[in-house]
Amino acid sequence: MQRDPLPGSPDPSKVTNKIRLLPWRSVALLLVTAMVLLYGVIYPNLSVVLSSFQRGGSWTLANYREILGQRIVIEAIVSSLGLSVGTVVLCALVGVPLAFLFERFDFPARRLFAALAALPLVLPPLVGTVAFIFLCGETGILAHGIQNLFGLANPPWRLRGWAALLLFHTYTMYPFFYVLTGAGLRRIDASLAEAARVLGASRITVLRRVVLPQLTPSLVAAALLTFMTSMASFSAPLLFGGDVRVLTLEIFTARQRGDFVMAITETVILAIISLGALIVFQRYEGTRRFAAAAMKGTTRRRVSISSGAARVLATIAAVAFAVILVLPVGTLFLVSFAQEGSWTTQTLPSAYTVANYQRIFSDTYAAEVFFNSLTMSAIAAAAALLWSFCIVIVLRRRRETGKLVGEGWRRLLSLLILVPWALPGTVVAVSVAEAYGKPSLLLGSFVLVGTFWILPFIYFLRFMPLVVRALQASMEQVDPTLEEAAGSLGARAWQRFTRVTLPLVWPGAVAGTLLAFVIALGEYVASVLVFVPANRPISIAIASELRDFNLGTAAAYGVVLIVIISISMMVAGRLERLRG
Amino acid sequence: MPLLSLKNLSRSFGNTRAVADVSLDVNQGEFFGLLGPSGCGKTTTLRMIAGLEKPDSGTIEFQNADITNLPPERRGFGMVFQNYALFPHLNVFENVAFGLRARHKTKAEMTERVTSALELVQLPGYEKRAMDELSGGQQQRVAIARAIAIEPALLLFDEPLSNLDVSLREETRSELRELVTRLGLTAVYVTHDQEEAFALCDRISVMVGGKLMQTGRPRELYEQPAEISVASFLGRNNLIKAMRLSSSKTSDGEFKTLEGGHTLHLPVNHGDLAPLNKPVYLAIRPEHVQLNANGVPNSLPGHIREIVFAGATSTVRVDANGLLLEALVLRTDGLQVNQPCNVILSPDHLTLLK
Repeated sequence: MQRDPLPGSPDPSKVTNKIRLLPWRSVALLLVTAMVLLYGVIYPNLSVVLSSFQRGGSWTLANYREILGQRIVIEAIVSSLGLSVGTVVLCALVGVPLAFLFERFDFPARRLFAALAALPLVLPPLVGTVAFIFLCGETGILAHGIQNLFGLANPPWRLRGWAALLLFHTYTMYPFFYVLTGAGLRRIDASLAEAARVLGASRITVLRRVVLPQLTPSLVAAALLTFMTSMASFSAPLLFGGDVRVLTLEIFTARQRGDFVMAITETVILAIISLGALIVFQRYEGTRRFAAAAMKGTTRRRVSISSGAARVLATIAAVAFAVILVLPVGTLFLVSFAQEGSWTTQTLPSAYTVANYQRIFSDTYAAEVFFNSLTMSAIAAAAALLWSFCIVIVLRRRRETGKLVGEGWRRLLSLLILVPWALPGTVVAVSVAEAYGKPSLLLGSFVLVGTFWILPFIYFLRFMPLVVRALQASMEQVDPTLEEAAGSLGARAWQRFTRVTLPLVWPGAVAGTLLAFVIALGEYVASVLVFVPANRPISIAIASELRDFNLGTAAAYGVVLIVIISISMMVAGRLERLRG
Repeated sequence: MPLLSLKNLSRSFGNTRAVADVSLDVNQGEFFGLLGPSGCGKTTTLRMIAGLEKPDSGTIEFQNADITNLPPERRGFGMVFQNYALFPHLNVFENVAFGLRARHKTKAEMTERVTSALELVQLPGYEKRAMDELSGGQQQRVAIARAIAIEPALLLFDEPLSNLDVSLREETRSELRELVTRLGLTAVYVTHDQEEAFALCDRISVMVGGKLMQTGRPRELYEQPAEISVASFLGRNNLIKAMRLSSSKTSDGEFKTLEGGHTLHLPVNHGDLAPLNKPVYLAIRPEHVQLNANGVPNSLPGHIREIVFAGATSTVRVDANGLLLEALVLRTDGLQVNQPCNVILSPDHLTLLK
């Protein structure tokens, strides 16, 4: 064979020069990263904190002294913490046994439940809350049914307060425990348990000394996720919290009253609690990997339940859980066809019509709402996708020289990116509003608050960590030797990225983007604080229909939202499989 | 003039010194082996040659030019990875053509070179196959085809046969050697399997604990290991701890074994004359240990401890007055456990280790 001249014949003098200079692409990436984090994370959060220490232009602790002296604020803090801890405990009690049951045993209807288990996670909180009211509220199907069946004068219960909140939180947040425990169980090498049994350990000992220690990281992660989500919960306390005043609600009402100082100070308190949880979470993330250290393992097969009675019981349980999961959505669907005003004291609505759908599809006001939500979510998701590629390249850890930032910076950047995700939507909205609600250092005389762009900006901040996470997970699955092989075959950095890495990671990245898109579509918590007529999203329309007792129309909005979400999630699921 | 020269290469990961002060030369057309137990730094050395790892210190020269800081894509070396690193989203053709696309070859030339590379590895007509439609052996061949399609100035192998089963490994081994010789390529081959290294390589460097212990032809390494680590890594060996006696001369070294107290003679030259009051190691291969011959130098009295039958050969363990020795014999007729016998350590085969 004739030999080619080497593509880059070694010329030492040139080489050393090239290495010293940072290529323009890297400079651009670092610049974009710095700008987004400065404008989106650092400046807004800093301005809230600084404002909370100021009064009449001077530095003071007076705000805190005054606010922490109020009984109602202390109550809100205690309620928020108590609600979150209670939610974590209940979700663990439901989610962990379910994960064991459905991961370790096989029986009819197991798949039915497994397919539906994560349903509450993709339900927008506001839509879930509305569906829950239609089903379990004192004027809902269940209460009416019992009332009519036994001829009671009053509804048998009222959906208010602690019990209602805990029930709803458990329904919507148990999947964190179910999904993470399930994944943890699948990761555990079955041969470890087998080895322990051979060494003489009983089943209980194996559970206690082999399975649970390996499961601890998953459980802690689930607990923290549940805790943070519960701290951020807004729709449920707003609609059926009753006397339970939580921090998110307090911040909202303080802003409505025009008491900005109080809103900001409470925001800082809420942010500190959430960030504390995030830091603990991060610490556990790092240690999560020890299960993967095992060599070639055996995967555990599900044990088929063969005993007749147990099999029937397990099947019934699975069907019952599946029904419970579907029921709220089914109710929403039913109510969306109810003629407005036709559902008063009957168990089920008495007259059905498609008028609600006609209304939301023909009405220009409704069309505008859909257009707004779709556009803003699309802008936010697309920006998040671009940003995630940028940040993943900046953060990549390569053993050779291609590293852009050092390990310390890497940690700091990763933490900063997670901040908007860990902060409750209320906090993000209040801090952005505080930072850009007046002429600011960074934007000059341009005031972001009051424009269309405030919501896409907040959606981007809140949901970009999801896309970054999805892309990082995809990247981790790509065998690093593939890029090395491409390098040894002569491909430059850019070619290696576009021809090897990108084709392998895009399905995961797009799936993550779709997820961010659908979550943004139903966003309510932050939107309600800063929306303007020009960018009124779907969730605001649902809330106002509800307030006017147009239950059917509110439900119809919810159903359309769920349909869009389902289609997107199906596409995302396809893409995920494509990757595997 | 060597084609590739490594000069004092060192590389640490955290507190571990993976590669410590390694220097070696590879000549044009040579099939060069890096052999050592796992974790000895041989793969790190190979990755530094490929440019995938940067040395902390030392230089790499190729065709007399310093390439230490040259990125891998500009070195023009072909590399076959242990796990093959085939691109799962590309078919066989695109995998093999990858390096040619990076070099902006014309379509016609690309097709021609891919076809000829696939013919060379005996996979003609597999162009359209996806990676998961190939067996392990076929994937291995695609990885080799991809590396030779760019007509590399140097071909690097990182334990490429370790994922194949034994019979396929031996078959692929001889094909690989034949292919590299036919194309006139220079290869650096990393393995922990001494049999593989001996069968493939013209010269071998043995690495232990990040250090390069000895470089030489396979036979040299096997018969005259210079270091105790090389002697014990390459096949079975009797290691005898001994002290040089003051009566020894440069032509006739006289040693007293610490176990058994036997006196052994072997020729030593001035260069490796061992110090008098420090224990040294002597090595002799079991197949060179003779039993039951009288009246020759280095004959030690002892008795048979154990006879282990292993098919074509048997291992006889002899206790020579406390000094335990192994002999590899073809026939065990007339030998019995506990029977007294003489062990002969022929001076021609006894090596003094550093």
